[in-house]
Amino acid sequence: MTATNGQTTLSIRDLHVSVEDAEILRGVTLDVPAGEVHALMGPNGSGKSTLANALMGHPAYDVTAGQVHFKGRDVLDLETDERARLGMFLAFQYPAEIPGVRVASFLRLALNARRESEISVMAFRRLLLEKMQMLRMDPKFASRYLNEGFSGGEKKRNEILQLAVLEPELAILDETDSGLDIDALRIVADGVNRLRGSDLGVLVITHYQRLLNYIEPDRVHVLIDGRVVESGGKELAERLEAEGYERYGAATTSEDA
Amino acid sequence: MAVKDIEQVGLDTYKFGFHDDIQPVYTSPKGLSEDVVREISRQKDEPAWMLDFRLEALRQFERKSMPTWGADLSRIDFDDIHYYIRPQDRQARSWDDVPEDIKSTFDKLGIPEAERKFLAGVGAQYDSEVVYHSIRDDLEEQGVIFLDMDSGLREHEDIVRDYFGTVIPNGDNKFAALNSAVWSGGSFVYVPEGVRVDIPLQAYFRINAENMGQFERTLIIVEPGAYVHYVEGCTAPVYATDSLHSAVVEIIVKEGGRCRYTTIQNWSTDVFNLVTKRAVAYRDATMEWVDGNLGSKVTMKYPAVYLMEPGAHGEVLSIAFAGEDQHQDAGAKMVHAAPDTSSLITSKSISRKGGRTAYRGYVQVMPEAERCRSNVECDALLIDDRSRSDTYPYMDIEESDVAIQHEATVSKVSDQQLFYLMSRGLTQEQAMAMVVSGFIEPIVKELPMEYAVEMNRLIELQMEGSIG
Repeated sequence: MTATNGQTTLSIRDLHVSVEDAEILRGVTLDVPAGEVHALMGPNGSGKSTLANALMGHPAYDVTAGQVHFKGRDVLDLETDERARLGMFLAFQYPAEIPGVRVASFLRLALNARRESEISVMAFRRLLLEKMQMLRMDPKFASRYLNEGFSGGEKKRNEILQLAVLEPELAILDETDSGLDIDALRIVADGVNRLRGSDLGVLVITHYQRLLNYIEPDRVHVLIDGRVVESGGKELAERLEAEGYERYGAATTSEDA
Repeated sequence: MAVKDIEQVGLDTYKFGFHDDIQPVYTSPKGLSEDVVREISRQKDEPAWMLDFRLEALRQFERKSMPTWGADLSRIDFDDIHYYIRPQDRQARSWDDVPEDIKSTFDKLGIPEAERKFLAGVGAQYDSEVVYHSIRDDLEEQGVIFLDMDSGLREHEDIVRDYFGTVIPNGDNKFAALNSAVWSGGSFVYVPEGVRVDIPLQAYFRINAENMGQFERTLIIVEPGAYVHYVEGCTAPVYATDSLHSAVVEIIVKEGGRCRYTTIQNWSTDVFNLVTKRAVAYRDATMEWVDGNLGSKVTMKYPAVYLMEPGAHGEVLSIAFAGEDQHQDAGAKMVHAAPDTSSLITSKSISRKGGRTAYRGYVQVMPEAERCRSNVECDALLIDDRSRSDTYPYMDIEESDVAIQHEATVSKVSDQQLFYLMSRGLTQEQAMAMVVSGFIEPIVKELPMEYAVEMNRLIELQMEGSIG
């Protein structure tokens, strides 16, 4: 187990997850230490998004065996909101639209949910504007309805904005690069890089190596058919980009954006 | 997580379940008869024409059959209702004259001191009679009349006689006929030509006697180029037996005038709320009904606008919320009687715990009413699988050169939405309240600030602590 500061933020042991009785994850073991960025790569259907959803406690994902510890605590018995308040965060591949709810009012409630005392409206306003500036977002964005009518890029940027405001200790980025043009990708990656530090552990889930050019991972793991089949340094990602996933005997598809 | 305990979300739990022990000075015997109607009119010392109007309405009421559509009204027992209660003999002229027990009730309702000072007039209908009324001086100087209907009739009989019962005739429907026979209280508003009333005129209504009907009657006249926003909100104590609320609201908006009428009703869940609301809008006039129905056992209410002359515009924005054993049958009616008229209906309904909502709308375009435009949008949100929502959009279009749009959606709070919000640390009840608040936001943002705040707070409060 590698750990830069000796503390493992996320520890997954032999995790088995089924969706509608079909087993998708078949024994995943993975550690993400505090302060490190780990990439999880794999072809479509390998179980990447299943892992993301299961870690956050989506009710449709059944954990049939294995363990997940976060900051030393078994989280599998916790509800989704309890995991979030403990410091876990998932940047969604397809964020849900919540009509009629403004980005700012949602984020203030979410921030207050994890604070001891409520942040004042003015202090929140300042915080939000500062983070939006960092992500080069128009201040008007704060008063739009959450994800409603957002372009693909706006949705992803909004996810990173939430990451920046909520300051969790573990961020799972589920295909954050999909649907982004190169400029949006840079901005999003920039945002994540600024948040990197001694505390934040990041699990970047991606099909392509592209995002990893901008968010340099400490470790890369390859997920095939619900199992981690290889782990290595960032050079592993480059090799995958050149050779594809075929060497693992997996069928690759190109439908993913 | 997403659906297991949703039905415990208690949005419709009644907030103001109390009543004071008021001793009414006069209470009519239960049941309806010519004697009761004559006694009401005699008590009020009304002119003969009003008594005749009441008696004719009583005959219409007896002739009319109950509606065979909409909600189940079979549990209304007309013989088991008091048709008139008078809490005190004279009207309070200033706040000091308002009896202490009535003031304490206002305190419990949370009507703030500041509101009394800043609002133009506070009319509080306590039982059948308006007990307190004040009009700010500058409104009086502008010639604006804002009185309870009984005083309006006494002090401005000439105006009342010209308009009373002209928009909703005394035989319009069974419940309008009932109201016409036994009406008491309500508001009379007259806005002279060109006068713009900048602050909303507010009235508070409340039922406070067992088995007592509430039959207020409101008449609003907006002269050419004038503007007024009338706001009414009600809360009522909870009683075990059925209660009937059957109001009539008539509005006349003349050339270039504009009237907005906002109602938030939170009747206790034993009340039958059967209200007839209708406005006529003349050339280039605008009439807007903003209507929120949160409580009651049964609501049947379809605010109407008759667009009489070119350029007239009508709007209905409504929210209905139905919980356990509640049936909200609400909607709108737009009659395009002239060319170049336009209407907009936006309806939002929420059903939970087996509650039932219906949108029932009627859009009519008369022959030769060319270039009319009408847009109807009704959205229903179902919180669980046991609840129900229906849409009955009737159209009667007798002119081909028109643009009519109708859009209806039924949605559920999705697991994805709840998961998303909860993944940011919101509890399930916070997440649910947020989705519901967002759903009604397009209408809530049209409400006066204090009502919008109250509405959102009500939803949040009811969601909190009600799940597992």
